[in-house]
Amino acid sequence: MKSLKAQNHPLSNSQYEIELLESPDFGISFVQKLDESQLYPLKPLHIETLQINMGKMCNQVCQHCHVDAGPDRKEIMTREIMEDCLKVIEKNNIKSVDLTGGAPEMNPDFRWFVTEIRKIGKDINIIVRCNLTIILANPKFHDLPEFFKKNRIEVVSSLPYFSAARTDAQRGDGVFEKSIKALKMLNDVGYGIERSNLILNLVYNPSGAFLPGSQEGLQAEFKKKLGNNFGVSFNALFTITNIPISRFLDYLIRSGNYEGYMEKLIESYNPNAAANVMCRTSISVGWDGFLYDCDFNQMLDLKVETPQSQHISDWDNFTLKNRNIVVNQHCFGCTAGAGSSCGGATA
Amino acid sequence: MKTYYNPEDLKKFGKIGEFQKSMADKFFDYYGEVFKEGALTAREKALIALAVAHAIQCPYCIDAYTVDSMEKGCDEEQMMEAVHVAAAIRGGASLVHGTQMMNKVKELSM
Repeated sequence: MKSLKAQNHPLSNSQYEIELLESPDFGISFVQKLDESQLYPLKPLHIETLQINMGKMCNQVCQHCHVDAGPDRKEIMTREIMEDCLKVIEKNNIKSVDLTGGAPEMNPDFRWFVTEIRKIGKDINIIVRCNLTIILANPKFHDLPEFFKKNRIEVVSSLPYFSAARTDAQRGDGVFEKSIKALKMLNDVGYGIERSNLILNLVYNPSGAFLPGSQEGLQAEFKKKLGNNFGVSFNALFTITNIPISRFLDYLIRSGNYEGYMEKLIESYNPNAAANVMCRTSISVGWDGFLYDCDFNQMLDLKVETPQSQHISDWDNFTLKNRNIVVNQHCFGCTAGAGSSCGGATA
Repeated sequence: MKTYYNPEDLKKFGKIGEFQKSMADKFFDYYGEVFKEGALTAREKALIALAVAHAIQCPYCIDAYTVDSMEKGCDEEQMMEAVHVAAAIRGGASLVHGTQMMNKVKELSM
């Protein structure tokens, strides 16, 4: 399967996506909902997490990917941008660095970057969003579990279901089997094992046009099924709602589920989840160094609304801490039900 | 095309209180309480509701509890097994009355 960009698909144009998201009349906008909750304009609480998108290149082409990542995407972060990121991390007391992609491990400077972040602070929580199959994709990646362990990385990996049918439907044929093998490799070096202090968290996102159920209930089910059926263990399960942009938006439209899904997100709006959205405590950095309120805004090319501090090389902590967060209709995805963030439910 | 059942009407369920508020409020309070985590998990309750929805053949309930079961992480096999439970009980309920028929036949026969 090719990326939307390689297909020259209209949804690979972020302006078209935004117009599409804004065009149907669902009776209320996200801005109005935030206003009703006395949260508009949405302001940061503090900046403790830097989420860095190291590139759109990936060995998988998942049906729901909001990045539209895949092997045909060549955009990756340069070492020069990474050096700017390191300066920001060091100077601004960033507590958590969340590396994502694409497959961040495919960036040739990935290991150098991780090692340099670790040199800045032994207590910085470094998260790698590992798609699992990358570990098996090429012999040069087979030692990633040891590398993660050496650098005390928190590994966060997507596994949409505990069976092959639903996982492969979303992430590609054979992905479930490879993911289980990779999880066992991570378990073998201590990841996800009680009292090892090596954290392996899984991400559940629904394989279709429905919302995730209770994080606690799904975690219990995943622990039971993965433990009993495959001998795999992990620490926590994060439930994440699919945001209606990019490939997931394409799926919603093609399957006739777009309006029903948006209505469900809107009717499930939870003001407590809105108060705890991740963009209030983090900044997202694109592969080219531009700054965004979150990874989803990044994919819609909605940059932070601070022209004087819109690139990692122009980072101004005071300006960014006092900015207004850019919101649009897709933000209903983070505020539905128990809420959704890169760390799971928020309310 | 007009039909007796309209999927859009499911969204109006919460509005039945417009005609009788106090009973509707009591019903929805009770309904919410029933589906909370308890001695049975919310997931187990969703599957029971899905089976009952098929037994009573309520299209609204089938839609609602298919979504609810999926949200709670049930897979296709589990959901179809729940439907088979409903079918077995419904089929069994017919067949067990065969004993009544047999009793009557025997009562009337020489």
